[in-house]
Amino acid sequence: MKSVIQQFKEQSRVITKDLRHRNLIQTALGKYEIKRDEKKAAFQSWSSARQAAAEIKWEAINHLDKHLPDFVRRLEARGTVVHWATTAETARDIILKIVRDQKARSIIKSKAMTAEEIHLNDALEHEGFEVVESDLGEYIVQLRKEAPYHIVFPAMHLTRGDISELFTRELGSAPTDNPEELTMIARRALRQKYVTADVGITGANFAIAETGMISITENEGNARLTAALPKVMISLLGIEKVLPRMEDLALFLPMLATAGAGQALTCYNSLYGGPRQPGESDGPEQYHVVLLDNRRTELLADAEQRDALHCIRCGACLNVCPIYRNVGGHTYGTTYSGPIGSVITPHLRGLQEWKHLSFASSLCGACTEACPVKIDLHHHLLQNRRNSAHEKPSVIEKITFKIAGFVMNRPGLYAVVKKLARLFQPLHKLVKGTRLDPAYAWTQSRDLPTLPAESFKDWWKKNK
Amino acid sequence: MMYPKVGISMVRILERLGHKVEYPEDLVCCGQPAFNSGYWDESRSVAGKVLGRLKDAEAVVIASGSCGAMLRVFYPDLFAKTPQAQEAKALSAKSYEFSDFLVNRLGVTDVGARFPARVTFHDGCHGLRELGNKKAPRALLAGVRDLELVEMKDAETCCGFGGTFAAKFPMISTAMGEVKCASAFATGAEYIVSNDSSCLMQVQGLLSRQGSPVKTIHLAEILAQS
Amino acid sequence: MSDREQILGRIREALTVTAPKPGAHGTGAGHHGPAVSPGPSSTRQWLPLVGDSFEERVALFRTNSAELKTDFQLLNSREELTAALIKLRDADGWKRIGSHQGELTQVACDALGLPVCRTDATYDVRELEQCDAGVTECDALIAQTGSVLVTSRSAGGRALSVLPPHHVVVVRREKLLPDLQAGFELLKSKYAANYPSFISLITGPSRTGDIERILVLGAHGPKKLTILCL
Ligand code: SF4
Repeated sequence: MKSVIQQFKEQSRVITKDLRHRNLIQTALGKYEIKRDEKKAAFQSWSSARQAAAEIKWEAINHLDKHLPDFVRRLEARGTVVHWATTAETARDIILKIVRDQKARSIIKSKAMTAEEIHLNDALEHEGFEVVESDLGEYIVQLRKEAPYHIVFPAMHLTRGDISELFTRELGSAPTDNPEELTMIARRALRQKYVTADVGITGANFAIAETGMISITENEGNARLTAALPKVMISLLGIEKVLPRMEDLALFLPMLATAGAGQALTCYNSLYGGPRQPGESDGPEQYHVVLLDNRRTELLADAEQRDALHCIRCGACLNVCPIYRNVGGHTYGTTYSGPIGSVITPHLRGLQEWKHLSFASSLCGACTEACPVKIDLHHHLLQNRRNSAHEKPSVIEKITFKIAGFVMNRPGLYAVVKKLARLFQPLHKLVKGTRLDPAYAWTQSRDLPTLPAESFKDWWKKNK
Repeated sequence: MMYPKVGISMVRILERLGHKVEYPEDLVCCGQPAFNSGYWDESRSVAGKVLGRLKDAEAVVIASGSCGAMLRVFYPDLFAKTPQAQEAKALSAKSYEFSDFLVNRLGVTDVGARFPARVTFHDGCHGLRELGNKKAPRALLAGVRDLELVEMKDAETCCGFGGTFAAKFPMISTAMGEVKCASAFATGAEYIVSNDSSCLMQVQGLLSRQGSPVKTIHLAEILAQS
Repeated sequence: MSDREQILGRIREALTVTAPKPGAHGTGAGHHGPAVSPGPSSTRQWLPLVGDSFEERVALFRTNSAELKTDFQLLNSREELTAALIKLRDADGWKRIGSHQGELTQVACDALGLPVCRTDATYDVRELEQCDAGVTECDALIAQTGSVLVTSRSAGGRALSVLPPHHVVVVRREKLLPDLQAGFELLKSKYAANYPSFISLITGPSRTGDIERILVLGAHGPKKLTILCL
């Protein structure tokens, strides 16, 4: 088995050379950027809105011990069954038990990254249940037996040609390069699934403590159908989703849409406060909410990086990240990719195994600047680096920095090293760009500057 | 070390403006490489010396957004909860990236330079985001005679250097640099200007490998021309 | 110990240390000082601006509708409402509709003269699925975003406004509110004692950009959204 870092490097090597991929992503995100800037400009103050959003999330997360029980109590009061899951396994077991008790055959799902996180589909299919993803992008990647490429745009890496081929192969539809026709093919295929599904599974974007409701944001209407038609509905959400008040949504919904999709508001923003209530004509008879910890409490315990739990999964940090844009979503090998994924995966799945993602960054800070809730993303990457080096230092690196520090703190010695470098430079030509080159990592694709004949220090001495 | 011209230019401009410049000859590095790699203790051993040497300066002017950010933003983190925390804060408060110093501290935008060329400006990430310094370099370029500034698409996108990142993940770093070069090339500019030497090393390295006619130049070098 | 107790215990323990307040770290502050701190009650002042008069709000709702591809019609009489509905019916050749009890929905059903699948009490989903349009009322219109605020109580349940391919909203102009904040305030004052189990802000017809980020309407929900405002 290759280690995850080897896989990451190998896939990066392949995909960064794939110009088709590069252009596809640049174009798709170029469209998003134009819309996002337009919508941001409509805010009276985007920067103050960000600060306000960050403060509300701070209050929610730092008083989770109050808000979470409030949320649960109010949901339960109106007939919702709330389940608590410390681990992914427990969450899967809870959901499996619900569908088994229902003697369900088919399950319809709307987009939920938490479900990806716990590999819910695999578990359900393994038990013989049919699970259908209903979000168009998720449906496409499910047919391809792939993970979502992006937390908001799951099929962004595919062209209409790829999708047409896929539908022809899997659904027997006629080839077409018209996105509208392709969408209608999926719509027809999924309509039937809705009418027959026994159980609907959703995620949630927010959990409102004040009223005991979950909030789901979407564009297609698939989550609304999932919450309307099957007789049992299950929502799986992380414990960090809580917002204190319903009216906080007046800020968060437009910010999520703006940052995430370049929309003023997404098409459907729905609140669900329980199963069908007395006097109501439709909706599920049973409503289950599964609250997932899965090491979120460990992140909560790290006060320095606790704000990573403020994340509203808008995807803005992925969209602006030059690393993400060049290596793509699948290369990360994680549920949450891009900057937020690089920050939290080490907490959720182990620092030593996943620290390379924190090093695979130029620390440019575009993510932090884009984040609507002001998570200090790129500084958290630095902290992950520090924590990993502290916990398990690399001997070579430690020695290198020790020696470098030693030399640099001794100007005389430093001068000697510099002179040597200048002497050796002509020799460098012989190996430049080859694997023998000590600077191969640089010179395989880039030239090195020639060392100046006179250093700044020499000049300074001469002229002062 | 690689680009003495930048330092020389900076000294000349500051002296032209009537300031006394001192160069702490025994300081060579701010400790960023070790810091960024996670080795904060090692970084502190280098940075501690910087703190001591610059204690008495009235203002510290740095020719690179990246090192500027290290002194201004990261030293307080690095020395937090150590006996030198106060010193680090004091140094942070008086440290300036070069263009920020000229425009926001000295109130100068015209240093009397002339540079007849079409140029595009690349925002070094640290200068831009850690220091919030977007306007100053542009204001200075606007003051240069016969210079035409053409903004490139995604001027704010990272060039892919990122210190040790460039060596640890060369394929990603290179791809990022290629995107940058393509944006710059599309403007038709003769020069890519930046206020960060490390960005310029990355971009120049790619350009010369590609055999591109576009050249790189540091902002200070332009400002020193007359 | 149950999972519930474990999780709550870990949360309490984690929170014994307080996290730094947002914006405490220096990024981007440069020499220009930290961002101002608003306080949650005043978020309205940062969000997109909405005018004070009814005319300004209608104008904003109209602009938003055009961008969202919502068909918004401001009508001046019952006769105009009836005529608009008949025009829609004839243009798309409606054969049956879904609807629910209500003052304006009743007017609409009478005007259309088509078989109606009613969703006020238990109904057959397959029958609703066969309908050409769902005609509903709503709780409010939101000028700021061009949204229709519905609940299971005001709009005939959860499915009526999403399952048929065309959603038609009939609403009185008094229901036009300035912004989302006002929408949530309304929900609170109207329902706080017993909220409907479903509340939704509908903003334009169903859409997707999942194929090359190209906009397609009618992904799962209605392809068309018409708002007839009296
Ligand atoms: S970290 Fe911020 S920008 Fe990234 S997905 Fe989360 S909320 Fe969005």
